[in-house]
Amino acid sequence: MKHFHRHTSRLTAGIALFSSLLGTAAQAAPAANTLLNVSYDPTRELYQAENAAFAGYWKQKTGQTVTINQSHGGSGKQARAVIDGLEADVVTLALAYDIDAIADSKLLATNWQQRLPQNSTPYTSTIVFVVRKGNPKGIRNWDDLVKPGIGVITPNPKTSGGARWNYLAAWGYKQKQTGSAEQAKAFVKAIFKNVPVLDTGARGSTLTFTQRGLGDVLIAWENEAHLILNEFGADKFEIVAPPVSILAEPPVAIVDRNVDKHGTRKLAEAYLNFLYTPQAQEIIAKNSYRPRSAAAAKKYASQFPNIKLFTVKDLFGTWRQAQKTHFSDGGTFDQIYTP
Amino acid sequence: MPPYKSNKRHILPGFGLSMGYTVFYLSAIVIVPLATIVIGAFKMDPQAFIATVTSPRVLASYRLSLSTAVFAALCNAFFGFLAAWTLVRYRFPGRRVLDALVDLPFALPTAVAGICFATLYSPVGWMGQYLEKTGIQIINAPSGIVVALIFIGFPFVVRTLQPVLVELEPEIEESAQSLGATRWQTFRRILLPHLFPALLTGVTLSFARAIGEYGSVIFIAGNLPFKTEIAPLMIMTKLDQFDYDGASSVAFVLLLISFSMLLVLNAVQRWQQKSYR
Repeated sequence: MKHFHRHTSRLTAGIALFSSLLGTAAQAAPAANTLLNVSYDPTRELYQAENAAFAGYWKQKTGQTVTINQSHGGSGKQARAVIDGLEADVVTLALAYDIDAIADSKLLATNWQQRLPQNSTPYTSTIVFVVRKGNPKGIRNWDDLVKPGIGVITPNPKTSGGARWNYLAAWGYKQKQTGSAEQAKAFVKAIFKNVPVLDTGARGSTLTFTQRGLGDVLIAWENEAHLILNEFGADKFEIVAPPVSILAEPPVAIVDRNVDKHGTRKLAEAYLNFLYTPQAQEIIAKNSYRPRSAAAAKKYASQFPNIKLFTVKDLFGTWRQAQKTHFSDGGTFDQIYTP
Repeated sequence: MPPYKSNKRHILPGFGLSMGYTVFYLSAIVIVPLATIVIGAFKMDPQAFIATVTSPRVLASYRLSLSTAVFAALCNAFFGFLAAWTLVRYRFPGRRVLDALVDLPFALPTAVAGICFATLYSPVGWMGQYLEKTGIQIINAPSGIVVALIFIGFPFVVRTLQPVLVELEPEIEESAQSLGATRWQTFRRILLPHLFPALLTGVTLSFARAIGEYGSVIFIAGNLPFKTEIAPLMIMTKLDQFDYDGASSVAFVLLLISFSMLLVLNAVQRWQQKSYR
């Protein structure tokens, strides 16, 4: 019996040691002049420029040196990382639903979208097509995507924020044209019949289309489309702007609980408000996002083709509703894949 | 009487300490993380759990993951055996380099492997352009998944077989031959029984690794629902939808499948060892 006790006591000691290790995993609080901006995939270049501009602005205004760290990835994944404890001071994600999901876990106020101008969206974008040089398949409009033999590249709307905008853009185009949600659904289903691969993120689809040579048309963010032309050469690809598309509104928000913990609320607010200033709006336009300010929009008008844009609100209600109808389990996206 | 009270003295002392350490270590790296999955699954409403794991799309992903993993493991059993045999039994220039190459799939980040395969087999890739003419599709098809799984599982078979093959002296084969056994009899009656446990271990490891593989597969699979969507991707998809419960339940069933497969294979191994001793 004595023997037995010795073993169990060591066993319990082992378990106790382990659980204490779990409990004391300390989290160092970042300094009050550091911000973490958790963002989605294609905004790397944009926020690099914005962060440098903001640091200069803040230094001039207050004399303080600020450091802004960026983290990028699929919008849904990034939201999940914040929910799971990534201590973002601000989130700048691809769509409102992802920030709603963070709000659901009580990290920020549910009315977050009313706290900043224009639905907390300092810039917008839209969804366009990228085709191979010379547009060999003659793709001009959404209807061309359902033609037989056309390979369409778009990521999985379940995992990619950009893909949800793509999906809603195609759906909205047909619904506006026919007035029927049924026909819109059949149309989207026909498009996805032409989709040979569903990448998990927008960058993945870009690589599939550009590097692997798959597909005839890539449905992409307008800014991503410009990036493709810059990166891979305008001699290989061209952008086709459909006559109708969706107004994509990627919102920004302060994560209340984290800024209060870090003591960075003032700085975070200044940072997000800075995005609405003329200086920041110029940077936005230069990075091929559509600026909110009329002045910047006018100055860079030649860069943005005239596309008739509808909003999520016009056709789908709130993002929560759109998510539930189309992308949740059993939603229209699942239905079009059900045999 | 419990076995640990046996009077047999261990040559080295310290059973208590090493047992405590083992339990601590296993808890830290295996039991506690996996327990979160089990707890997550049990916290769910049973009906929702059943509905999630029996939805046609999830079932299709299980079928795909299991069948491709089995197929890849069988391929590795055959070609891994050949490779191990060649590396152990023959002496040729470059043998050491080849031997070192076997470990590469262990060391390489699986995502890198996936990207390599996707590039290689894409319609503009080195191999893809020829395959396309013959009508064989590797990329964005289940066969592509098998290719990736063969790659990541290959070293397991080779590395488990090699030491056993080294132990098995060629003299045994020679004596079998001199006693009149045919080549097939020598293989079937002498070699295989000796190698089978190691082969089975290698195949099991390669299979288990393949069921859970994510990084390399998603780049080449195409990820189309019902066609090329593997179970681990189902889990990631559910997580990206903030559906933690759904993800845990899919993961839980995957865990059950893997664990029962491993148990069965272990039982086969023990039974086989007994029947030949």
